Amino acid sequence: MEHKKTLLIQNDLGLHGRAAAKIVELSRKFEARLFFRKNGQGEVDGSNILSILTLSGSKGTEIEVKAVGEDSFELLEELSALFDDKFGEGR
Amino acid sequence: MKETAASENLKLSGIAVSAGIVIGKARLVDRSKQKIVYQYLINDNEVNREVERFKKALELTKEQILDLKTRMNASIKEHSFILDAHLLIVDDNMISDATIGIILEEKINAEWALKKSVQKIRQVFNQIDYEYIRDRINDVENVVERILRNLAGKKQDSLSQINDRVIIVAHDLAPTDTSELNTAMVMGFITDVGGKTSHTAIMAQSLNIPAVLGLEKATGSIVDGELLIVDGYKGEVIINPDDETIILYQEKALYYENYISSVLRLSHLPSETMDGHRMAVKANIEFLEEVVSAKDNGAEGIGLYRTEFLYLRNKGIPDEEELFKDYKEVAEQVAPYPATIRTLDIGGDKILPAQKLSSEANPALGLRAIRFCLKEQEIFKSQLRAILRASTHGSIRIMFPMISGVQEFIEAKSILAQVMKDLDKKNIAYDKDIKVGAMVEIPSAVMVADILAEKADFFSIGTNDLIQYTLAIDRSNENVAYMYEPYHPAVIRMIMQVVKAAKNAGIEVSLCGEMASDPFCIPILLGMGINELSLTAAGIPLLKKLIRSLSKEEAEKDLEEILKFKTSEEIRKYILQRTKDHLPDVDEENFQINQQQN
Repeated sequence: MEHKKTLLIQNDLGLHGRAAAKIVELSRKFEARLFFRKNGQGEVDGSNILSILTLSGSKGTEIEVKAVGEDSFELLEELSALFDDKFGEGR
Repeated sequence: MKETAASENLKLSGIAVSAGIVIGKARLVDRSKQKIVYQYLINDNEVNREVERFKKALELTKEQILDLKTRMNASIKEHSFILDAHLLIVDDNMISDATIGIILEEKINAEWALKKSVQKIRQVFNQIDYEYIRDRINDVENVVERILRNLAGKKQDSLSQINDRVIIVAHDLAPTDTSELNTAMVMGFITDVGGKTSHTAIMAQSLNIPAVLGLEKATGSIVDGELLIVDGYKGEVIINPDDETIILYQEKALYYENYISSVLRLSHLPSETMDGHRMAVKANIEFLEEVVSAKDNGAEGIGLYRTEFLYLRNKGIPDEEELFKDYKEVAEQVAPYPATIRTLDIGGDKILPAQKLSSEANPALGLRAIRFCLKEQEIFKSQLRAILRASTHGSIRIMFPMISGVQEFIEAKSILAQVMKDLDKKNIAYDKDIKVGAMVEIPSAVMVADILAEKADFFSIGTNDLIQYTLAIDRSNENVAYMYEPYHPAVIRMIMQVVKAAKNAGIEVSLCGEMASDPFCIPILLGMGINELSLTAAGIPLLKKLIRSLSKEEAEKDLEEILKFKTSEEIRKYILQRTKDHLPDVDEENFQINQQQN
């Protein structure tokens, strides 16, 4: 099972430490493996805080997300909600 | 850094980041980097043992961070996410798996393997173009230091074990260090490195603990347990003070405490002289977030909103919507008082892509501020649109920086008129009577102030640049910095000329710049009839107190005298004497309080 989605970074600070930490925590709740890709560059591990940071995702950047595994659809749903919620940062 | 040993007292000077004076014992915290030795492992047995040792160190590191988190002081609990991030870093493949891989493959010791994987992470982070994220490498380094200490079996030098009231002396303090502190036991912070915006500074301010950073060699000069005086106003640390000095500083500490509370109590009274003349006091701000503190300090509006910040975040030029939201928020928060928004005051080198630029030999005299905006009209128009749209949400005034003559001002206003027309067409509301003023900071503008006053709704005199351009000195050049002289008769005449031109034309004139926070300049400015002063928020309470003790009539008489003097020195002496006559507690020392507190 594999699902893909493009997510938009909407919070002011972008994918900084706290946001990245939330993604890692979320991905740990699922079996599926998570991969991120920015601007068609190389894929990075979406369950690793440093890899996510190295994406250097600032506000307005689109991230291609791929989840591989049984619960990949659910993972992407929750991840997408997290992005839309601006990682709970409110701005 | 300066170092003086005039008496027995050794004094270090650094950056004052959190106000207050404390006298107490030094507690030296060793946060120095670990030395890493290269070791080659002989056989598989050793290799496996090394992997196990590394895994244990990781486990121990995680336990320590978790432990820190649970013992975290309630007042700084909101910073605990940093520790969550640190936990994830310990677990990160780029640290754990990568290091184990290197140990197995290259048969080297864990310390060296860890160092190699960090090297790799550093390379990746160096390529990150977004500064805020690039700086997270510091978190990685911090975690790695902890792992290395655990590998060495060295006991963690824990700040949480401090049980007596001490002054923390460190090379640098990481967020994890400050988060484990029992803040009730910390009297002050001093460090070798760090500045006003460092984590330690912000922490110290929010906890109200005096702090002096950037002392360069505090850890090299101070021995654990030594007596220290930390002066968080001046940014000084005195090592092993003698009895006399201790008594002196105890008195100072008490005096400042009383003085500051008395000044703060007065900050909400109107800014009015003894003979009933109003002189508005407003705040200079750089970020939206400063509005609250401006109001808390008694500001009657924002006299200068520097708008450069949103353009300087490595995110490219901000879009109109983002600017609009920011300006709207400022207008709403500062209401019912007005906010004067200064349009972009930077050179193109700061925001344009490199290929569009030609290098300038002398940027201070180059393409910047209004000159740049008149050339890059799209950037300018987008900002003007944002300001105009925000103008219906409060009271906003527009100010153009670096106006050198009336032609430039007319051009800027005609672009504003185009933008207004455009908004009209689209039926977008804005304040049609919005006031448009000129920043007077170039000597040529002073010379034609009477012409300019026919076109401008108000003047704001920017004294920092005006003094530099008038006296032809670069203040950052130490060879001539001493010549930066606000009391220079030429400067006083210039300001006088601008005020007269404004009065004749019936427009308001304000002053923003360091002169507004120099207590000795205030009587002169009052005497001239300047309508408002704008300065950094922390200086407002003292300035209000000063204004409330002055008389306009006397200031006018003093000004007549001052205009007769021929040198800065004569003027300075005269003002000093006069100020002391009717306000004994404003002396040069207090002027420093107001400077250091911001």
